[in-house]
Amino acid sequence: MEFKYDVEGGNFAKAGHAASAVKKVLKQLNVNPKVIKRVVVALYEGEVNVVAHAFKGRIIADIDPSRIYIKIEDQGPGIPDIDLAMQVGYSTASSKVREMGFGAGMGLPNMKKNADKLQISSNVGKGTVVELTTYFNS
Amino acid sequence: MSDEQFYHALKVDEDTCFGCTHCMHDCPTGAIRLRNGKATIRKDWCVDCGECMKSCPVDAIYVEQDDFIEIFSYKYRVAIVPAVFFGQFPENISEERILSVMNELGFTHVFQAEHTVDIINEVILEFQDTKPEKPLISSFCPAIVRLIQVKFPALVDHIVPVKPPIDASAAFYKYLLIEKGATAEEIGIFYVTPCAAKIAAVKSPVGDDQNYVDGVINMDFLYNKVYQVLKSQTNTSSTIKQAAFPQLTSKGLKWSLTDGEADHMKGRCLAIDEIHNVIDFLERLENEEISDVDFLELRACDQSCAGGVLLSGNRFLGVERLRNRARALENKTFQTEELESFRNFIKKNIHLESLSPRSMMKLDEDMSAALKKMQRIRHIMCFLPGIDCGACGAPNCQSLAEDIVRKEAHLSNCVFIQRMMEKTRKLSPDHAIRLIENTWGKDRLDKDCKKKGAKNEGM
Ligand SMILES: Nc1ncnc2c1ncn2[C@@H]1O[C@H](COP(=O)(O)OP(=O)(O)OP(=O)(O)O)[C@@H](O)[C@H]1O
Ligand code: SF4
Ligand SMILES: [Mg+2]
Repeated sequence: MEFKYDVEGGNFAKAGHAASAVKKVLKQLNVNPKVIKRVVVALYEGEVNVVAHAFKGRIIADIDPSRIYIKIEDQGPGIPDIDLAMQVGYSTASSKVREMGFGAGMGLPNMKKNADKLQISSNVGKGTVVELTTYFNS
Repeated sequence: MSDEQFYHALKVDEDTCFGCTHCMHDCPTGAIRLRNGKATIRKDWCVDCGECMKSCPVDAIYVEQDDFIEIFSYKYRVAIVPAVFFGQFPENISEERILSVMNELGFTHVFQAEHTVDIINEVILEFQDTKPEKPLISSFCPAIVRLIQVKFPALVDHIVPVKPPIDASAAFYKYLLIEKGATAEEIGIFYVTPCAAKIAAVKSPVGDDQNYVDGVINMDFLYNKVYQVLKSQTNTSSTIKQAAFPQLTSKGLKWSLTDGEADHMKGRCLAIDEIHNVIDFLERLENEEISDVDFLELRACDQSCAGGVLLSGNRFLGVERLRNRARALENKTFQTEELESFRNFIKKNIHLESLSPRSMMKLDEDMSAALKKMQRIRHIMCFLPGIDCGACGAPNCQSLAEDIVRKEAHLSNCVFIQRMMEKTRKLSPDHAIRLIENTWGKDRLDKDCKKKGAKNEGM
């Protein structure tokens, strides 16, 4: 089953809206609360990254009885060096983003920690695609 | 649906309920449906917050209580009273006068629920030192504990395993009287409750074995009784039969108000009151949007217990009175020797057994089945108009769709679907009226000038 959510760049007030919606779905599906938590934390970070670093994005969540697959696709500056971006503490967040309490460079590492599979591909100047997979019986 | 039965103090008076939709729309867990013209509450979804009672225009929702006469089945009749009870009375009525009236009404002992807060505070602080998973969530408000169990199961482990003051005080007083020579059967402990949640917690405690409370009295009932006597008194001097009525400390007076607990815990502590605010905050906490909070005080009522459904008078004035009184007592300590000597007993008896989640959200135990149901819900939502009018007897279109897959409603409960079915001649007008009557009661659409707001209202 597929769910789609739009994400608006720069709108921090709405960041977390897709994560909350997916959380509700997983609760209704009786997924283990600990697994839900991991999914939601990873998705939230991905959602915030679109809000903080890109212009706009779309989240697609696909759920089957064994796993949830999430694709976060955005139109934005892209990530020139993904390995560097993955490092703890690395951040290019603007001062405005930092004022909002983000920009610790923890988002991507946190996503890696919480997802069973994380794949990032990026096209500099065009956008980024982040794919997360989490298995329900892990 | 779960087999576990939970006691709920909130009841619908079917003779008074005329079937509006106020409570249904206000219930924060979506637990209310209209059937046959009356509100019905889903037991395993209700958290006893009392929002329905606050929203009812005709007082059809009430809090069940024990018969007052029951206190006289005991030789020693103890009232455990929270500080907010006293906060309702005007300043010129002293605690001593209120107490003497309570003695007159039949209580042999009156003890304030918050006398044990110092010990509870100490135990929670010690627990904070064991570096539990952050943030700790207070167990003070039973409506919040139940809310977390049904809606935020992943956060259940964060609830502090320490009982609220009422339980500690009840246990203490029972043992105090036994120490003084009374037998357990002679002692009746009655809790004067500010809300439905506390009653529900007393009658079917969450994760608890022993219960020291023998009965519950609604605070509004006692307030009226006491006030009546006070009004008729010409002599304002009080005669207290009970020996010593220990004074609450400033901390005790403020404990049940907003920030009452948060002010005394370690680290970064936040206090949030009113159930919708709490739900919003817990959503964010679950997403880890909020981190680095050490202690959370969460209360279902606006202004915490001063805003309890069973309080009389304005909650803001109640808060002001208690805060004024607390200010006058700042830095004073009143150690009652008795409490001190029971310190270890109380400490041993305030451990809360671990709570278990009981999620109300799951569509099915089995995930594949739940997925199928969700698919059906999404399909049904293609047809429902998204008006969220409540005319089907469910609070919104989404709830109706979920009820349909739970086999608790039909698509034809939607009045707009009915219209479409009539248009395509799948439904006769007579049948449509019968469907409406199933939800809204027989003859509901007949002319009735005595209804609320109509020209002969009340005649
Ligand atoms: N969707 C994206 N588009 C463009 N750049 C991105 C995107 N996501 C991450 N980045 C880049 O990767 C860096 C690291 O991301 P990460 O989420 O780890 O930290 P952050 O967003 O800067 O701070 P935090 O997530 O701790 O608030 C970002 O500073 C940014 O330069
Ligand atoms: S805030 Fe106090 S009065 Fe309100 S439900 Fe919770 S315990 Fe009861
Ligand atoms: Mg980030």
